[in-house]
Amino acid sequence: MAERIGLDTITLQSRPRIAAFAAVGGKLEAGGLLAGKLARIFDDDTMGQDSWEKAEAQLQQAAAESVLHRAGLSAKEIDLHFAGDLLGQCSASMFGSRGLGMPFVGIYGACSTMALSLALAAITVESGAAQTALASTSSHFCSAEKQFRQPLEYGGQRPPTAQWTATAAGACLLRGGNVNDDTGTPQITQICLGRVTDLGVKDANNMGAAMAPAAASTVGSFLRDTQTIPGDYDLILTGDLGSVGSDLLRQLLLRDWGVDLSDRHNDCGMMLYSQEQPNEINAGASGCGCSAAVLCGDILPRMAAGELRRVLFIATGALLSSVSPFQGESIPSIAHAVLIESGK
Amino acid sequence: MKTTPEKYKNMVEQSSPNSPLLKNMAKAFVSGGLVCVLGELLAMLYARLGASDELVRMLVPVTLIGLTVLLTAIGVYDKIAKHAGAGTIVPITGFANSVASPAMEFQSEGRILGTGANIFKLAGPVLVYGGGAAVLYGVIYWLFAR
Repeated sequence: MAERIGLDTITLQSRPRIAAFAAVGGKLEAGGLLAGKLARIFDDDTMGQDSWEKAEAQLQQAAAESVLHRAGLSAKEIDLHFAGDLLGQCSASMFGSRGLGMPFVGIYGACSTMALSLALAAITVESGAAQTALASTSSHFCSAEKQFRQPLEYGGQRPPTAQWTATAAGACLLRGGNVNDDTGTPQITQICLGRVTDLGVKDANNMGAAMAPAAASTVGSFLRDTQTIPGDYDLILTGDLGSVGSDLLRQLLLRDWGVDLSDRHNDCGMMLYSQEQPNEINAGASGCGCSAAVLCGDILPRMAAGELRRVLFIATGALLSSVSPFQGESIPSIAHAVLIESGK
Repeated sequence: MKTTPEKYKNMVEQSSPNSPLLKNMAKAFVSGGLVCVLGELLAMLYARLGASDELVRMLVPVTLIGLTVLLTAIGVYDKIAKHAGAGTIVPITGFANSVASPAMEFQSEGRILGTGANIFKLAGPVLVYGGGAAVLYGVIYWLFAR
């Protein structure tokens, strides 16, 4: 049974296994860190659809189908599917799941959705309520721009703190654990669900700064609850803080928690694209698909290969709506942590 | 001690790189100037073709608007504008792009509730307050300067 330790952390004693994982993405996403690592690449941003929203649903569906294919399972054999995205009413997940017919739980955690869906799926598997659970999320540059920023063809400039929403999706299949598994299958052993945090950042072009306090709060709480230090992990991987947010996270952890992340930290937003790529990456990548694709396309395969053994994955989400900034609200944020260990 | 919002505001300012103001201003100056040069050339062309002054004053902006809409439609305008900045936003090109781009973006919601309802999403405030300012100016003019 799951056990609470400290204030916020949950230990999963059955160690639910991430039995299969897959990332899919656009052409740009296939050009950096994930070159040769995506299960499916969409060369055209429209994905053959007539709207950006439908294109993102395609991404979500492709990620789910790829992971089922890799696991050798059909959709009928999945007990629960947890999925979310950035669009209103999580519509990309909903439409992406429509043709698959799995029992569906739509969740919203903005860009923290990969960690949130993994955490919920793992708790469900740990409890025995599901033997197999799917966790997935997606984001699409064009649908996110349309909902939160300007039309695609609008001619404006982005400040250097702005981030680039990744056109990508990731999915993980969780199965009941085997405590003695030493085959290298990544397992979820601890979870820390974060609190909504807000230090008053209002600049929607500086999401890294808005989310850094949430990441600091969750990482700090997790290390306190588990009485561990960054040196105990091979990698402390944040979701999409980008360069500005990562810098602020390190400062906040040192100031407020006395924790020095030093060389153990990396950020999916700074990893996804390479500097040579032609678009305006600015402070880094963002979007649910950013951390999902880096985790499922790069980190989990490296864990399965025995290259990484203990990874603390913290996906961060900026919880603004398309309305709240115009009502003068600051940007509340959240970060959820999942500890993934491989037995190899 | 937990970081306060006030302290964090300072930290964010320190950590966030500023926009390259001088570079942006230089690019805007040159590109905005080029738009004006293009306007002048068009005016000379139309005059040579025998258009009256009044007609030239109408043809030049119409041509610039048409050109902007064409460049927006083929996906080139935003690539120019991300370098030009204010140089293409301030002239009539910026206004044309701000009408054409939502018209394209919301096509997927249909001609009426998509394009029709959203075409002035960006330009709407300019129309409302531009029109409002013109009315106010007209009233002041009528009261004092007749």
